Amino acid sequence: MMLSTKTGMSDFIYKLTSYVVVTAVALLCLLPVILVFSASFSSEESIYQYGYTLFPKSFSLEAYRIVFESPQALLGAYGVTLIVTGVGTLLGLLITSLLAYVIWRKDFPYRNHLAFFIYFTSIFSGGLVPLYIWIVRYLEIKDTLWALILPNLTNAWNILIFRSFLNATPASLVEAAKIDGAGDFTIYRRVILPVAIPGLAVVGMFQALYYWNDWYLAKLYIDSEHLYPLQFFLYRILNNLQAMQEAIASAGIPIPDMPSQSLKMAMTMLVATPVFFLFPFVQRFLVKGITVGSVKG
Amino acid sequence: MKNKSQTLLLMALPGILYFLIFHYIPMIGIVLSFKKFHPALGILGSPWIGMKNFEFILRSGALGRVTINTILYNIIFFLTNDVLAVFLAIFIADMAKRSIQKFYQSILFLPYFLSFVVLGVFAYNLMNYEYGVINTLLQSLGMHPVDFYNTKGLWYFILPLFNIWKYVGYSSIIYMAAIVGIEQEQFEAARIDGATKWQTVKSIVIPAVIPTFVVLLLFRVGQMMRGQFDLFYNLVGNNSPLYDTTDVVDTFVFRALVNNFDIGIATATGFYQSVFGLFLVLGVNALVRAINKENSLF
Repeated sequence: MMLSTKTGMSDFIYKLTSYVVVTAVALLCLLPVILVFSASFSSEESIYQYGYTLFPKSFSLEAYRIVFESPQALLGAYGVTLIVTGVGTLLGLLITSLLAYVIWRKDFPYRNHLAFFIYFTSIFSGGLVPLYIWIVRYLEIKDTLWALILPNLTNAWNILIFRSFLNATPASLVEAAKIDGAGDFTIYRRVILPVAIPGLAVVGMFQALYYWNDWYLAKLYIDSEHLYPLQFFLYRILNNLQAMQEAIASAGIPIPDMPSQSLKMAMTMLVATPVFFLFPFVQRFLVKGITVGSVKG
Repeated sequence: MKNKSQTLLLMALPGILYFLIFHYIPMIGIVLSFKKFHPALGILGSPWIGMKNFEFILRSGALGRVTINTILYNIIFFLTNDVLAVFLAIFIADMAKRSIQKFYQSILFLPYFLSFVVLGVFAYNLMNYEYGVINTLLQSLGMHPVDFYNTKGLWYFILPLFNIWKYVGYSSIIYMAAIVGIEQEQFEAARIDGATKWQTVKSIVIPAVIPTFVVLLLFRVGQMMRGQFDLFYNLVGNNSPLYDTTDVVDTFVFRALVNNFDIGIATATGFYQSVFGLFLVLGVNALVRAINKENSLF
């Protein structure tokens, strides 16, 4: 090739730079995960002596042994999170898809009013306190699972994303179904939902991820230990030795003897593990949603 | 005609009720900004006290401090995270194999899936004074350990770094979408003209990404009064020596409610945040409208 070696050299440096930069950032993204993983397998004494390290100075399964011997609280928190994520995602999808379908129907006379009614909540809110007092004093769902499920069932963003999936559906499908005498609800259930499965998957994944990772609603509204969701369970352990002792109560270890530094790390790994396994299967849905969302602006 | 839309209206009803119950009705509670809340008297029964709550947060200096912090962090977060995301997207989009692209994209995206509580553990593992990895490393090099959780100036760097860690993968996906949309002929033409990769990036890729960058920037300006509550609270929590440099509107309101049960103060600050935020969104929208009508949100 006559293309000068200068271009070749420059492109080589470009390639090198790009791989170095991307690899470095990727390593930094993984590093904390590796560090916590390693710390969870370190013996408590080695942490006291050397601190947390990249590789365990002295390997120990003690922290995991203690958790597995007394797993009731952790399993309970898993149960709460599974219920909240399952019920919340399903209810959320129902509401989201219904609203999106209605504002997508061009022949619905109030579609603009309804769209504004939804959109306005994303630019103005009463703030934390009015909602808090309303939930605690008037709705009286404090310290129930509903307080973890209902406050964020859907939002303008999810509805917008789902509607953009509907936009890809030809309106003629609706017309054809109408001619066959199908009602509006039948059209939604028989015609729209089957076509909109990718949209349901995308919005459902966002919603499920939100519920799975939420700790904030529990911090505000949950008092009873048996209703702690997973992330809040972990949050409490990190901030409170008492909470850690309760979490492994049946192991009956007094606070001063608990290997608290390695236990924190082991608990974190046990809370995060499902995400590591599910993430590869789930991520493409979120990528799709982000791409659709970014096109919509 | 009326009958025809009845079913649709009925179908929208659960969603309408949701927004009414969890978004619109609570707005009534904003009146607490102008009241002294007595639990026994309820929202409407509590006595009016005029602007006292606002006067208090203004005089205490809290309002100015949290407003400046909130806006400052939002600007730093956007610039650091999105500029890096643009370059990562450009570099990844240029990688030869689809599988390698996927591989890197997945790793960068992983932190987005982990909760902020887990992020808090990572921060603790790295920055703890006695056992943290960074201090372990510093001491092994014969240097003094750094007391991160008591050094407020450092947090202008720490918070943006963790913000990048959490979101750079997410943002780079958005920019990837913009890059993938570039027509292949443009690259082809540049190649025939003998352009280097750097020149191609500068004159084709970056101009193609700028509109997305600007849209996201404007969106962020509209959201500028909202903080990343989860990020701040899980990294800083109730660690008061750091409040000067880390307290944002959302953390201030949260503490006023949960720690002090200062209902009037917390409501007033939240109301100020919402109104300020609303004006920002309207302002940005008016600006976009003036420049290019098609891109405006409403």
